[in-house]
Amino acid sequence: MTAAAIPDKDIGEQLCQTVRQAASEGAPLRIQGADTKAFYGRDSEGVVLDVTAHAGVVGYEPSELVITVRAGTRLAQLESVLADKGQMLGFEPPGYADGATLGGTVACGFSGPRRPYSGAARDFVLGTRVINGRGELLRFGGEVMKNVAGYDVSRLMVGAMGTLGVITEVSMKVLPVPAREATLTLSMPVEQAIRQMNAWAGQPLPISATCFHDDTLRVRLSGSEKGVAAAVAKIGGEAAGDNGDFWRSVREHRHPFFEDERPLWRLSVPQGSPPSMLDGDWLIEWGGGQRWLKTEAAAKTVRGSIADSGGHATLFRGGDRSSEVFQPLTSRLLELHRNLKNAFDPERVFNRGRMYRDF
Amino acid sequence: MSRAAETFTTGKQADREVHAKALRAWLPRHAVLDQVEELRPYECDGLSAYRKLPLLVVLPDTVEQVQAVMRYCAREEVPVVARGAGTGLSGGALPLEHGVLLSLAKFNRILDIDLVNRTARVQPGVRNLAISEAVSASGFYYAPDPSSQIACSIGGNVAENAGGLHCLKYGLTVHNILKLQVVTVDGDLVTIGSDSLDAPGYDLLALMTGSEGMLGIIVEITVRLLPKPESAKLIMASFADVEKAGDAVGDIIATGIIPGGLEMMDNMATRATEDFVHAGYDVDAAAILLCELDGTPEEVEDDILRVTKVLQRSGCTDLRIAKDEQERQLFWSGRKAAFPAAGRISPDYYCIDGTIPRKQIGYVLTRVAEMGAEYGLRVANVFHAGDGNLHPLILYDGNQPGELERTEELGGKILELCVEVGGTITGEHGVGVEKIDQMCVQFQPEELTQFHALKQAFDPKQLLNPGKAVPTLSRCAEFGAMHVHKGELKFPHLERF
Repeated sequence: MTAAAIPDKDIGEQLCQTVRQAASEGAPLRIQGADTKAFYGRDSEGVVLDVTAHAGVVGYEPSELVITVRAGTRLAQLESVLADKGQMLGFEPPGYADGATLGGTVACGFSGPRRPYSGAARDFVLGTRVINGRGELLRFGGEVMKNVAGYDVSRLMVGAMGTLGVITEVSMKVLPVPAREATLTLSMPVEQAIRQMNAWAGQPLPISATCFHDDTLRVRLSGSEKGVAAAVAKIGGEAAGDNGDFWRSVREHRHPFFEDERPLWRLSVPQGSPPSMLDGDWLIEWGGGQRWLKTEAAAKTVRGSIADSGGHATLFRGGDRSSEVFQPLTSRLLELHRNLKNAFDPERVFNRGRMYRDF
Repeated sequence: MSRAAETFTTGKQADREVHAKALRAWLPRHAVLDQVEELRPYECDGLSAYRKLPLLVVLPDTVEQVQAVMRYCAREEVPVVARGAGTGLSGGALPLEHGVLLSLAKFNRILDIDLVNRTARVQPGVRNLAISEAVSASGFYYAPDPSSQIACSIGGNVAENAGGLHCLKYGLTVHNILKLQVVTVDGDLVTIGSDSLDAPGYDLLALMTGSEGMLGIIVEITVRLLPKPESAKLIMASFADVEKAGDAVGDIIATGIIPGGLEMMDNMATRATEDFVHAGYDVDAAAILLCELDGTPEEVEDDILRVTKVLQRSGCTDLRIAKDEQERQLFWSGRKAAFPAAGRISPDYYCIDGTIPRKQIGYVLTRVAEMGAEYGLRVANVFHAGDGNLHPLILYDGNQPGELERTEELGGKILELCVEVGGTITGEHGVGVEKIDQMCVQFQPEELTQFHALKQAFDPKQLLNPGKAVPTLSRCAEFGAMHVHKGELKFPHLERF
């Protein structure tokens, strides 16, 4: 599907009506964009609430570094609008399939290789419009960089898997595309790679991505011509051009590592954590902070392996989607989650059970 | 608001004695203050126009003591207001007459510094600047740097989502913390966020940040540390007209450079600070811009050249690059001293915190000047130009009858103007008690109702800092009715973006 094929349209009122109807009947809805993230989260029942028609750029001010788009807008279209002005989404979001929408990406809280160096999806969200479980269209945050009026509901929506409301519009901070990018490759064992990534991160270097797989550490540098050239000289290793294809393949999970029938786990751990002894294949990103694992090991084993590290594990793709795919919460945190769910969606209309079994 | 000195009423005094006695079961005697002269220093925060004597002040120094206080207050349904260093500018830590003021001042220890993972685990009473000082020798710093960083505490920074001079590039508090330990309203201890880059479940870390003490008591914070930039250079440019200076800011951003800091001051602000700290400012310029570029020495050299060209094209009348680190600090010292400098040229000043889209800067400053003239009040403007955060300082004399009231009314008008042009009533100081009426302008009733429901999820009995940050709908109805009656509310149904 080409980006240009999606017409701009505002179906906000229609979506509100559907939600009000569902709430009055207590009938669950499954919020759906391009349906490219169906693999993620828990299985969820309900009538599909299709938001893809709610699309289009509502406002874009390159000199303000802010863009506002409807949630059904395709990531690819958004990226091309920004690229025309020499700008980009700073969190380098993965789409995982053609047609992925911004709304789905934000609801899942997905961020790409640039995340530890520039920030996550939630860091770039400035404002949202959201339909709550009563079918009210609400606006939180805004289009300015700093805004502390009211609770930060916009960021709360990021990664909430649609369980608190339908995101209909998002305002985001955007960044200039760096003048130059360069990728370096270095051969080393995993322990050394983790130490190295963290040592670099402690220095003022223009690193924008790191990935370790198969005894090879790749580092991407982004910045001004001179800044990147100086960092290349400092880091050493072999130059691999800008290597855009490689970073795209990691971001989109098209790298050969991901071609594997075994369940895919995402381990989010403190960046300097030593490598796991757990059996399986590993690909390490985010300076050591995001570790992908292909394994048949039981959830208990995977989660047990990082229990003491301060990290958490998500059954990202495959495996039993009716199990708790996200790290179980402590009972008090779970209670707060339930209370928040009730505050936004008292009839439990949205994405029932998609995030945690309880709500 | 009552500014009159309070006297102890009999009923209140009885409550005070009962609660003080009960709380001393968990706290040392000296950690429960109940004498008027002991309570007096806590009657206001940085917004000193609002004062109220709390029922009691408690000064716990362990998490267990905080939990005990919260358990007791939850059971007795006594409201609690948390307070850090008391430097807040919106009255967020204004005490409640019938409430306990919970000071976290004794939580002043840095607990752990992890240089491998580049984090520091600190107690909430640690001063913002103390974190950077503790890691400076290792080449790190904590990025958010509100002007009050020498005094303000990190717990308060989290509660208000404090910003500073370097937000455009390095973010606000919410972008620079990883984990919190929070005592809930009923005394449980919960961990929010994690030592990793993200945490499972809802982003409660973002929700707690800037929640103004309404959702929980923060007792520990894990912050991110950044490596200090190798090189930082500061350009100071003068402009003969404010609008041109505003446009220059957009022109810099358009080159694809994100400056480490980008500040603007108008003529009244530069004159006031120049007299005070002698920073070498151009006191004849209508506005000056301070643009800091940081990074590797190679990057900075590049960027300085490019920004210099942009500023010249944008019509600056003078341009200076700080010749060394000492001069860079000197140039910054003026900006950081802008508030106290305003205090030297006027008996009192009132700081506004609206944020606007940058392209509106010319229009907004012109309107602010006009409105100031209408109210017969002088306004000096300092401006975090990079991120659109405006700090007009209204100069007034609190001893002149009616002048404070006029000042507050003008302040309210300026905030409504910020909303009108697509901005917000507060960029970094918080709503507190100060801007609570303007929340009615920024948000619709359904949105305010959603905020109340959200608070309910954490604090069903409304005991944490009640009455702050989010107005009740009836308060808004009163506020709106009053203004519509006077025919002053120009934009009753305005769009808020």
